[in-house]
Amino acid sequence: MSERSVTHATFTIERLYDASRTRVFAAWAEPAAKQRWFACHGDWTSGPHQLDFAIGGREHLSTRDSEGVDHIYDAIYQDIIPGERIVYAYQMHLGTRRISVSLATVEFRSEGKGTRLVFTEQAAFLDGYDRPDERKLGTRAGLENLAAELQRQAAAA
Amino acid sequence: MTDRSVVHATITVERTYRASPKRVFAAWSSKEALLSWGLPGEGWISGYERFDFRVGGNDRSHFGPAGGETYVNDTTYLDIVPDARIVSAGSMTSAGTRLSAGLMTVEFQAAGNGGCHLVMTEQGAFLDGHDLPENHEAGWNEMLDKLGDHLARDQAAA
Amino acid sequence: MFQALADPTRRLMVERLCDGPASVSELAAPLQMTLSAVVQHLAVLEESGLVRSQKQGRVRTCQVDTQALRSAERWISERRTLWEKRFDRLGAYLAENPEEPKEGPQT
Repeated sequence: MSERSVTHATFTIERLYDASRTRVFAAWAEPAAKQRWFACHGDWTSGPHQLDFAIGGREHLSTRDSEGVDHIYDAIYQDIIPGERIVYAYQMHLGTRRISVSLATVEFRSEGKGTRLVFTEQAAFLDGYDRPDERKLGTRAGLENLAAELQRQAAAA
Repeated sequence: MTDRSVVHATITVERTYRASPKRVFAAWSSKEALLSWGLPGEGWISGYERFDFRVGGNDRSHFGPAGGETYVNDTTYLDIVPDARIVSAGSMTSAGTRLSAGLMTVEFQAAGNGGCHLVMTEQGAFLDGHDLPENHEAGWNEMLDKLGDHLARDQAAA
Repeated sequence: MFQALADPTRRLMVERLCDGPASVSELAAPLQMTLSAVVQHLAVLEESGLVRSQKQGRVRTCQVDTQALRSAERWISERRTLWEKRFDRLGAYLAENPEEPKEGPQT
């Protein structure tokens, strides 16, 4: 039996957009709009983007990277409050292997004439996902990045 | 517009049981077993409207104190490794109001003397002040104690 | 793991261990706290998989599990980078499409 492991981690990203909450929310809710910013990956090739934006609805996107590996995204929407909040669970497969499962919360808050988007991902990374070509980081460098990450999290809290 | 808020929290609860990972996993994967231990309080009742324990399957259960508020729990199973791991995503509602959404990871590890160390992690988003991480943590502690009683009864009956 | 590192004392302990293995009393020396408090922090770090310890005779020696540190750091930074790029593209999309949606959620 192979080694089973799970690593849990949470991170937050905030952005301030010069657009109304209605517009920012619509970019997540309308399939044609979401496809424009979500489903393109530079020189990676994307398959069709499927989005059923409703509670219990699903989203699917398969992208092939420059090395021919498929990155497959599958989401299920858990909570939708128009113009205010989206909560969904999503998982990522690398080829046939499930590498992570996450809960994502997107909050839309009015700020001046713009919208602050607060994205929080609570992730469970499965089975020590490792790539053969991984860049070897020194322990110290790893810790420094981690410390910076924690400071960003603290600042965002 | 109402005041929206989200509290994110990670809850971890662990237990070591005198039962094999196979038996503890079985108690999480059968509807009958779940109904016998999976309630957070005395005098609570529950039932499954749908039970479908397989990757991609959906469960819907109703539970709550007898004569009191009823909670509806929707779960989708995302990853199942027999006798080792269950990962699911779900949300809870009451009277149409969503209280929380979360990701559950349950790990079953072999412990000494044929026992099982269970590590349960809930990564939750608690919505609009309707629910709190403390409530879930207390509920899980209660349920995992009941799971211990269930396993002891199950062993005695075998 | 990130919760284990959210505490400043535990961060100091891990930073010390990045320089090489140390005994529990060596770890405790620069910290203004009791040995039993240090042992409790150590238990949290061990539980998270970041630190491993081994007892030889009466001395417990601790060291950082570099593999655990590397993979968690890489996972989170890769995932974050992916979303940062997406949110850049969302900003570009919003700038290119300034019209309000005709029908849509009322807020």
